[in-house]
Amino acid sequence: MTKILIVAEHSGGKLNAATAKCVTCASSIPGAEIDIAVFAANAGDIATQAAALAGVKKVLKIENPANAEPLAAVLAPQVVAIAANYTHVFGPSTTYGKDLMPRVAALLGVGQLSDIMAVESAYKFRRPIYAGNAILTVEAPQDKKLVATVRAASFQAAATGGSAAIESATVNAELPTHTRFVTRSAAATGRPDLQTAPRVVSGGRALGSADNFKIIFSLADKLKAGVGASRAAVDSGYAANELQVGQTGKIISPELYVAVGISGAIQHLTGIKDARTIVAINKDSEAPIFEVADIGLVGDLFTVLPELEKALG
Amino acid sequence: MSKILVGLKRVVDYNVRVRVKPDGTGVVTDGVKMSINPFDEIALEEALRIKEKGGATEVIVVSIGPADTQQQLRTGLAMGADRAILVQADAAVEPLTAAKIFLKLIEKESPQIVLLGKQGIDDDNSQTGQMLAALWQRPQATFASKVELEGGKAKVTREVDAGLETIEVDLPAVFTTDLRLNEPRYVKLPDIMKAKKKPLDTMALASLGIDTAPQFKSVKFEAPATRQKGIMVKDVGELVAALKQKGLV
Repeated sequence: MTKILIVAEHSGGKLNAATAKCVTCASSIPGAEIDIAVFAANAGDIATQAAALAGVKKVLKIENPANAEPLAAVLAPQVVAIAANYTHVFGPSTTYGKDLMPRVAALLGVGQLSDIMAVESAYKFRRPIYAGNAILTVEAPQDKKLVATVRAASFQAAATGGSAAIESATVNAELPTHTRFVTRSAAATGRPDLQTAPRVVSGGRALGSADNFKIIFSLADKLKAGVGASRAAVDSGYAANELQVGQTGKIISPELYVAVGISGAIQHLTGIKDARTIVAINKDSEAPIFEVADIGLVGDLFTVLPELEKALG
Repeated sequence: MSKILVGLKRVVDYNVRVRVKPDGTGVVTDGVKMSINPFDEIALEEALRIKEKGGATEVIVVSIGPADTQQQLRTGLAMGADRAILVQADAAVEPLTAAKIFLKLIEKESPQIVLLGKQGIDDDNSQTGQMLAALWQRPQATFASKVELEGGKAKVTREVDAGLETIEVDLPAVFTTDLRLNEPRYVKLPDIMKAKKKPLDTMALASLGIDTAPQFKSVKFEAPATRQKGIMVKDVGELVAALKQKGLV
């Protein structure tokens, strides 16, 4: 019997879309029974959203003032405490899940599987390595609990319309006080979230300055798109670090990805290869981005973008 | 004596285009340039800066790998580490095993800080630091972009999906580094000469008395599905027409 516990990610009272994608991944294991655990100070609304995901059997609320912020050191012993009845424990492969799940695995005395991109069976999965230059099929032992993170970009979000039972759970775990939350600065941009936006416009080194980068924001607003950036643009200070797309930044799968002035280093391509349509605008006709683009336009971005905005009406 | 332990992993160089072996048993590493994992280089740079500011007295670089890994440790010594430890292992170890190895060295060296890269650019696992912190029962500050030490505590700014998050941890603790924590220094020739005289201890993995059996079985390595090259358009008008045809605008 495959029983999968998914650790929910949430912020500001909202369930993160990555959680719904973990549910889809778990649902592709035949016969799996899926529960979701919500760790929060007040889990009410989040649990309701989790319970609405199709395919979920039960939502566990673990409410504690100590769970107000997602500190791995505080959450891990609680996940371990409720993991006993499960064969699998999944979390999203976001910074939240990457921080938490290996700590959970080590406390359970088992290894962890990172970035599941495809399910072959309950104990056999495919995952990208070497920045996506190779795909590895991995088999995990059936006599051990399987802790894993799910590569959100590889799965669609589970549909809503479910009505799972919601239960409060108390956990018996000693919580450390050696790690304390101080602050979080998230730029409130009013734009669609990069990781879940159906459309994304990204800028690269060719933008040349933070001021010039505004042209990317402008096109993104026209398209109601999220904004991304290449590592070169972030390193040069043209864009904020949370906008970085690629191997060491965010892995995304929008319907439309517009790469502007991005040459297309392999590390960047890793982050976008699940995009449905890639548009590349670059003045170098030899840029590697054109090898993967569905639609390519060779031209100076400072001429092309204003024209494009105008043409879009 | 306040020590910092830094992990340096030997990986295929960042600039090498990795290829899967035709028989699917791994990736081609013969004759390929090997380097220090870039995130680990950042970890070492941060350790050296902490020491230079008086926050530590000794920086020890540690690697787990075959005998050739001495090259990467010598580079670490040339950058400024005081001594090096090579835990010699001919086969790759899983992150949980690496964490157990580091824990053994922690028991011996009692460092205040362990600095590791946030992920190896080979396996892209991003696990060892978190696992080590769990086994050590100490704090973890992953994906660090800024580290400030004050007494027995550290304030660490972390790169998270939403932006930047700052946490405070008691020392000792494990930090894992993100790209923008610092820019590693270049090694100068005289330092390479000096590094040859610095101590580099080698110990056999088997001598540590830990279970190193891998848990996961690598069944098959494959090249990724490649995207087909699409169409080239001449101007903005054609671009918009193509987008309209696909129903995207």
